[in-house]
Parts: sequence; structure tokens; C-alpha cells
Amino acid sequence: MKPYTMDFDVKARDFSSAGESSSKFRKTLLMLSIPSDIVRRASIAAYEAEMNIVIHSYGGKMHFEIYSDKIVIIADDTGPGIKDLELAMKEGYSTAPKEVIEMGFGAGMGLPNMKRNVDNMEVVNHDESGTKIVMTINF
Amino acid sequence: MKVKDILSHEFTLVAGEGGIEKEVSNVYVCDLLSFVMSHVKSGSAWVTIQTHVNVIAVAVMTEISCIIICEGEKLDENAKEKADDENIPVIAFNGSSYEAAIKLSEMIK
Repeated sequence: MKPYTMDFDVKARDFSSAGESSSKFRKTLLMLSIPSDIVRRASIAAYEAEMNIVIHSYGGKMHFEIYSDKIVIIADDTGPGIKDLELAMKEGYSTAPKEVIEMGFGAGMGLPNMKRNVDNMEVVNHDESGTKIVMTINF
Repeated sequence: MKVKDILSHEFTLVAGEGGIEKEVSNVYVCDLLSFVMSHVKSGSAWVTIQTHVNVIAVAVMTEISCIIICEGEKLDENAKEKADDENIPVIAFNGSSYEAAIKLSEMIK
């Protein structure tokens, strides 16, 4: 079956429209009557991934695929990558700048929180050319 | 308890009136958005001093019932618009987060 897909550009450091792609994705899941616990998990994972692009990257894209039995969320940015992925996966480790931390972000919970809310998370690429993360939630 | 039951001369609604019929089943106090994303239960009243627009997005994603902004901090204008659009009630409170939590605890009993 062909999935229902959605694509969004995410700008670096644009905090005023940050979260819009995740918000539209969430509204679509609700419209499709996806179970509420799945909607919540998918929304949190998508929002964390989108905020990572806003905070840490030079800009990127969010891509969503909604199937009858699973949801795939792909966050794909244009760099600068994640130097130490093992450290980045640890709760509390953060490379966020001061002004972002003052907004309440950058507590080092993003990647671990994404992983916790999905059934499978794969960091496909994290070198300087960009970070690509594929997350799947099964129904 | 519903969001509207919290409202008084001390807890004043500043945005998101469309959401005041939502049920409040819990209270969560935190200013770190990432912590809120990973720990808050849906249906919570979220007590914070953060006032920017991303607070509303966090509330939407985690299905928070209302946001209570303490210490007399003012909600940013674009956050107010977003709260109205998304029906997330935002309530202003002049005291500390601690004082807000005590009062909410009395109400939610």
C-alpha cells in the first residue's frame, strides 16, 4: 500500500515557526483516527527531531509516511553532523548554545526521548554532510 | 476538575479560551522543555515561567490541558496567538511556581 506522505522544510534557528511541521503531522494523525497513544508518541518524537534541526543544524527537512500499520518519521538535515553519537544518546549530554538553553531547550533529552517514543530508531548518517534519522512506530 | 475551575482573580486566563472545558488530572512543574516533553502526563496543568511560542507547541504535542505562567511573567504576543489557534488555555499567576502548585493541589483534591 502506498503511504500518505508529508514533507516540510525546517529552517535553522527559526524559533517562531519551529514545531509547525510536527503540529501539522499531528493534526493529520488525529484526522486519520490513529490511536491516541500512537499520536502522542509520534508527535513527541517528531517535535524533538524537528527542534534538533532548528537548534543544531544548518537546516533540513522532515518527512512523514503514514501506513495502515506503521508511521515512519525521517529527519534529514544538511550538517554539521553529530561528532559523538554515543554521547549524544546519553540523557543530559548537550551541545546546545546558551541562548537556546535559556529558552528551556538543550537539556540533552532530545535523542533519548525520540528513541523512547518509537519502536525503532536508526541514525542513518551523522557525518559533517548531515544527520539523517529514521524512526518507525508500529500500530 | 476542568481548566475553567482553576480560573479566579489569582489565576487569570490570558489566551486559549477555546480549551477551558478540558479536564485537568495532574500538575507538572518544570521550566526545561525537553524534560516536559519526556516526563509530563497528558491532561496536566503545566506550571512554568517560560513565555515564548515554543511552550505552546510543547503543550500541544504532549496534550497538556493548560499552561500556568508564574511570577507575573507576560506571555509573548506570538505565543498568545498560537495558544488561541490551538485552544491551549494559558493562565497568568503572580506568585511562584511553588505557590501555584500548592493552590492547584488544593483545587485538584
